[in-house]
Amino acid sequence: MTKTAAFEAGVSAALANEALQHALADVPAGFVAGRARQKAALPEFEGLRRTARDIRDHTLAHLDAYLEEFERNAVSAGSTVHWAATADEAREVVLSICRAAGARTIAKSKSMVSEEIALNAALEAQAMEVVETDLGEYLIQLRGERPSHIIAPAIHLRAGDVADEFRLRHDHLDASRDLATPEVMVAEARSVLREKFLAADVGITGANFLVAETGSAIIVTNEGNADLTMSLPKVHIVLTTIDKLVPTLADAWPLLRLLARSATGQAFTAYTTIVTGPRRPEDDAGPQSCHVILLDNGRSELLQSEFRPILRCIRCGACMNHCPVYCAIGGHAYDSVYPGPIGAVLTPALAGVGEAGHLAQASTFCGRCEEVCPVEIPLVSMLRGWREQAFAASDDWRSRTFLRAWVQLAKRPRAYGLAARIAAAILSALAGAKGILRRLPFGERWTRQRDFPAPQGTTFQDLWKRRERDEGPAP
Amino acid sequence: MSRNRILSAVRGALDPSHAPARRSAASARIASAPKHPRPNIAKLEGDERIARFAECLAALGVDRIEVQAADEVPAAIATYLSARGLPLRLRRGEDNILASLPWHHASDLVVDIGPAQADDAVGLSRALAGAAETGTLALASGPGNPVTLSFLPDTHVVVLCEQAIVASYEDAIARVLAENGGVVPRTINLVTGASRTGDIGGKIVMGAHGPRRLAVILIRDGAQRT
Ligand code: SF4
Repeated sequence: MTKTAAFEAGVSAALANEALQHALADVPAGFVAGRARQKAALPEFEGLRRTARDIRDHTLAHLDAYLEEFERNAVSAGSTVHWAATADEAREVVLSICRAAGARTIAKSKSMVSEEIALNAALEAQAMEVVETDLGEYLIQLRGERPSHIIAPAIHLRAGDVADEFRLRHDHLDASRDLATPEVMVAEARSVLREKFLAADVGITGANFLVAETGSAIIVTNEGNADLTMSLPKVHIVLTTIDKLVPTLADAWPLLRLLARSATGQAFTAYTTIVTGPRRPEDDAGPQSCHVILLDNGRSELLQSEFRPILRCIRCGACMNHCPVYCAIGGHAYDSVYPGPIGAVLTPALAGVGEAGHLAQASTFCGRCEEVCPVEIPLVSMLRGWREQAFAASDDWRSRTFLRAWVQLAKRPRAYGLAARIAAAILSALAGAKGILRRLPFGERWTRQRDFPAPQGTTFQDLWKRRERDEGPAP
Repeated sequence: MSRNRILSAVRGALDPSHAPARRSAASARIASAPKHPRPNIAKLEGDERIARFAECLAALGVDRIEVQAADEVPAAIATYLSARGLPLRLRRGEDNILASLPWHHASDLVVDIGPAQADDAVGLSRALAGAAETGTLALASGPGNPVTLSFLPDTHVVVLCEQAIVASYEDAIARVLAENGGVVPRTINLVTGASRTGDIGGKIVMGAHGPRRLAVILIRDGAQRT
C-alpha cells in the first residue's frame, strides 16, 4: 500500500469509529471555547502574537549564537550539554546516561521529542522500565498507542475506555473496585505512579523553552509530574531540540502568556518551572546531575528553507483544535508523531516528502490554524508548499494530466467561460428539478460521502460581468 | 563531533560570514534584556493589584486566609487544617521567616523540618513573590523551601507577604532573584493553582500528581519582617 493509500484507509477507519467520533466531539471544542474566552479577556492578545513571533524570529535568525550562549551558561550552572545530530545519536546519549546511572526505573514527563526519537522502545530493549507520568501519556503507554494530540495525548479515549484499561492493567487491585468517575481513576493512577516516582533512578523531561541567558529550561505542566520527575530521581535529563531557545527570561514571558491561553484555554498553566542545573551544594533535594540533550534531527536544514517559520512553533496545539480535518479524523489517522496542521507541515520536513508529503492533503485550506497560531506561522502557505513539492515528485499521471489541462484552460478566459457554461448546463440537466447530484461523473470519490449541489443559473464569470455592468467596476 | 556538525549547519543556514555580528547582537540582547510590552493585567498597582491577585486565586479554587501580622500564621494554619479535617502536622524547610514564627501559639500542630517525605500530608512553603496577573506564586528551591514540599504532600500551604505581590511575572522573577542574592536557584516554581488534569475524558480533576489543595496565607503587613 502506498503512503497515500494507507493514509486514506486510516481516515476512513477514523470516520467510521464511533467511539473516536464521540471523544472528538467534546474535547477539542472545549479547548476552542477556552481559548476564545481567554482571548476575549485579554485585549492585548493580538499584539502579543506579534511580539511572540518577533521573539521567535529573532532567536532563529541568531540561533548559532544563542546555542553557544546557552551551552556556556548551562555548563556553568553545572549541567552537562550533549549535542545529537540525529535520532540515533540522541537515543544513544540517553542510553549511556541511564546505563552509567545504573538505571532500572525511569520516570518520564511528557516529551514529544522522545516520541520523535522512539525513546521508550530503545530503553525497554535494554531492560529498563520506562514509566510515562503525564496521565494522558500513561494511558496511551498502557495501550501501546501513540499520542493523538500534542498536549492531550489521550484525547481519543473516553472515561469508560480508561476504566477498562485500568481494570486490565492494575491487576494487583481488587477487580470489582469502583471506577465510575474520573476522580477515582485519577486517584488510582496517582498512587500507582507515586510508587514509580519514588523508585525512579532517572527522570526525563522535555523543555518548553531553553533560556540562553541563564542556561535554564522552562517546563510547564498542569499535573506537576515534570516537577516530581526533575526533583526525585538522582539524574535529570532534559531531552529537547535546538529550536526551543529564547534569548532571555524577559523573552519567555510573552510566549508563556500565550502558551496556555492558546493551548488549554487557561490563563497560565498550574506549574511553570524554570530549572537551572542539578542540586546546589546547599540543597538537600534534587538530582545530582542534570543533562541537557540538544537534538537537531533535520531542524538546521529547515532553517535555510522556505519552511523556517515552522521552527517558531511553541507546540500549543491550537492549530489542531481549530482544524476541521483534525477534529474529524483525530490524531492517529495522520500516522505521524505530530498530527494536525503543525504535523502536516513539520513531518514532511523531518521525514521527507516521500514519507509524509501526502499529509499536506489533510487540509481544507480554511486558514483557521494560522488565524489562531500564537506565533503566526503561515501554516496554509506551507501546506501549499508541500503540496507543490509532493506534486512535483509524484508520478500520478492522471492528476498531472488533469491539472495541466486545467491550467491551459484557466489561462484562456473565453475558453474557460465557455467550458464552465457547458459544464454547468450539463450538471444542472443531470440533477433535474431537485438540483442535487447523488453521483458526479468522474467525481464518485467525492459523492461517495455526500451529495453534490448542481450549479444554479449562470456561471460566476457571467454573474461578475453583470455586476460590473450594473454597479460599475469593483473597487 | 555532533556539536560542531550542528553548529556549523546552523551557521551555514544563517550565512557564516555574519556569525560575528550575530554573536554580538546576541550578547547585547542578553546584557540588556528587551522590555516587551505587557498587558494591562500585568501592570496593575496598589489595591487593584491586590484585588486582581485575590480574584485569580478564587477563580483557581485556591483557599486564601488573610492574617494581619506574621505572628498569627501558626494559629491560622492550625485552624485551616482542622476545619478541613486534615492532620495537624506539617513539614517546612529552614526558611528564616517561617522559622521565626511563634509556632508555640499553635501547640497541637506538629512541625517537621526538611525536604518532603513520601507520607507527609501537608507541606508549608514561603513564596518569594506573587504575580497578580494570574494569581501565580513564585517559589525558589533550596533548603529554605525544599521544592518537594510543593509537590509530594496532598495539601500545600504557602505563606506570602502582601507586599510581595507584584504586577507581573517579570517583577516576580526580579524579586525572587533579589531575595536569593542574585543567584538563580535550581528551580523557580511558578505555581498557579493546585495540580490538575483533564486527561480522563476531558473532565478537570484536582490532585493529579501534586497537591489536591492549595492554600495561601496572606500576611497583610509583611513589611515588618522582610
Ligand atoms: S503551529 Fe502554531 S498553533 Fe500549531 S502547535 Fe505550533 S504554535 Fe501552536
